[in-house]
Amino acid sequence: MNAIAAAPRQIRLSRRIVSITGWALSGLCLAVLSVLMVWILSVVFVRGVGALNFKVLTTITQGSGGGLLNAIEGTLVLSGGALLLAVPFGVAAGIYSAEYRFTSWAITIRFLADVLVGVPSIVIGYFGYVALVQWLGWNFSLAAGAISLAIISLPYICRTTELALRQVSNDLRDAAYSLGANERRVIFGVCVPAALPAILTGVLLALAVSVGETAPLLYTAGWSNFMWNGHLTHSPIAYLTYAIWTFINEPFASANALAYAAALLVTGFVLIINILARFVLERRRIRR
Amino acid sequence: MKFRAWLAIIAGILPLALIAIVAFLAIYSWPAMHFNGFGFVTRDTWRLGNLYANPVMMHGTEAPRGATYGILFLIVGTLLSTAIALLIALPLGVGAAIFLAEVVPDALRTWISFFVELLMAIPSVVFGLWGYVVVIPFLGQHLYPVLAHTVGRVIPLFGEPSGSGYGLLTAGVVLSLMIVPIIAATLRDALVSQPSSLREAALGLGATRFEALWKVMLPGTRKTLIGATFLALGRALGETMAVLMVSGNALNILPHRIYDPISTMAAFIVSQLDSALQDPTGLAVRSLAEIAFVLAIISIIVNALARLLLLVWNSNQRSVMV
Repeated sequence: MNAIAAAPRQIRLSRRIVSITGWALSGLCLAVLSVLMVWILSVVFVRGVGALNFKVLTTITQGSGGGLLNAIEGTLVLSGGALLLAVPFGVAAGIYSAEYRFTSWAITIRFLADVLVGVPSIVIGYFGYVALVQWLGWNFSLAAGAISLAIISLPYICRTTELALRQVSNDLRDAAYSLGANERRVIFGVCVPAALPAILTGVLLALAVSVGETAPLLYTAGWSNFMWNGHLTHSPIAYLTYAIWTFINEPFASANALAYAAALLVTGFVLIINILARFVLERRRIRR
Repeated sequence: MKFRAWLAIIAGILPLALIAIVAFLAIYSWPAMHFNGFGFVTRDTWRLGNLYANPVMMHGTEAPRGATYGILFLIVGTLLSTAIALLIALPLGVGAAIFLAEVVPDALRTWISFFVELLMAIPSVVFGLWGYVVVIPFLGQHLYPVLAHTVGRVIPLFGEPSGSGYGLLTAGVVLSLMIVPIIAATLRDALVSQPSSLREAALGLGATRFEALWKVMLPGTRKTLIGATFLALGRALGETMAVLMVSGNALNILPHRIYDPISTMAAFIVSQLDSALQDPTGLAVRSLAEIAFVLAIISIIVNALARLLLLVWNSNQRSVMV
């Protein structure tokens, strides 16, 4: 007992200094990251709240002033449209790569989804410009923007669906098969409902990503000072991230205020979705 | 069986999208590739030529008189800003991961990690806004002059003039913040999932807790760290909006000091498309497509490598979703 208690005292001073310095430095790293996070959030929230008012939310952009109603509507329509396009294909890809996970097609899909996540959004945006805006001649439009965003959301939805389905216990599948259900019944009647909260969380996270995207929309959606006119092609549409990028560069205080308000709306939305998603996933993890 | 076939076909949209992106960019930029040749990546001049004179035939392609498309300065800018970002992000991410995995109690770890990893969720353009409004004035007016005055006397790279704040170092700093959560999150997971018998063995041999971590636990996660670094690299190479807003958007200049303006391949596509559209032959737009194509190929290689490394090395661990 005595020998064990005495052991720490035998550690040389230099080793102890190295240890203490190491822990201190690692703590400093975490502190730096936290401070920067708080700094970013406080800049966005303090300036954003100062710029946000009823008029910003209810009127459309006029020159370098006015409001953001057109951009808010545009962001919702673009991201909503992207989800409508991406969810069926993304969920199908996720189901396939989870339920038939050892087939070579599933392995291919999983791998390419990981690669597609890493393709820079500007590359996807330029693809949208070349293929949709130019080649198909849609001009700057909702359809071109939404399809570009859909391609970006696709791998996120695929991977979260796959992970969600992998959490479903195989006993459940065995039970369903033994009751005589076919593959379709087992997947859509048993597995997908069991994994639904996690799948929906993934879809929401994909929505958050597409709401925050700028680069893929610049040359596919364009910008418009007016509300969406209901056309899918040939008419540009507004969105919030464009307002952040453009209006912060203008010399007018009214334009800068719009940029801050747009930044607050986008960041707030993205954070709320991420926090909600975390709560849902965390609760499921604990219950398990 | 029929159901499964249908599902396979619908799922096939995802691979198809990736192939379509590469194929469309390659086909569209083909005339530009032919015109530019290999010099595209070795010349450091991007000049649209005389857009108001009649186009001339060069190398079998119609081009504006005097047009040259070289992206060496973009490649240099991209590589340097990414390198700086990694140099900052690696120690910061490793340190944060160590503290989160080893010091922060389990109950708090989830939420503190979540808070720091929220950095990953913040849109690129918001980072750009923060960089443009707060970081550039701070660095340009306060930190860089001091840096140039002190470090700059010893290392010419940091020497005066310290510039306006737009430039290589600022871009690297902002980029590093965007990639640090990838490194921190992946490494923290790897550290937490290391078997605790490793640490106990090291402690039993008389190591201090930090030595056990530094000499035993951390080397065990080396492969994960390399994979995560590749992922971070891929993200930094293709980051657009934040770089666009803080890099100074240099054209045809190679940086000589760490404060000098630069541009990256991704940011250049955004900043140049408007002027490229003025080219009646369309060759400038196609050359931009060539940049996008090169960027796509680079990011596909980097990400494929990263995933393969992570896949092969720790197939038993939680898959990484970034």
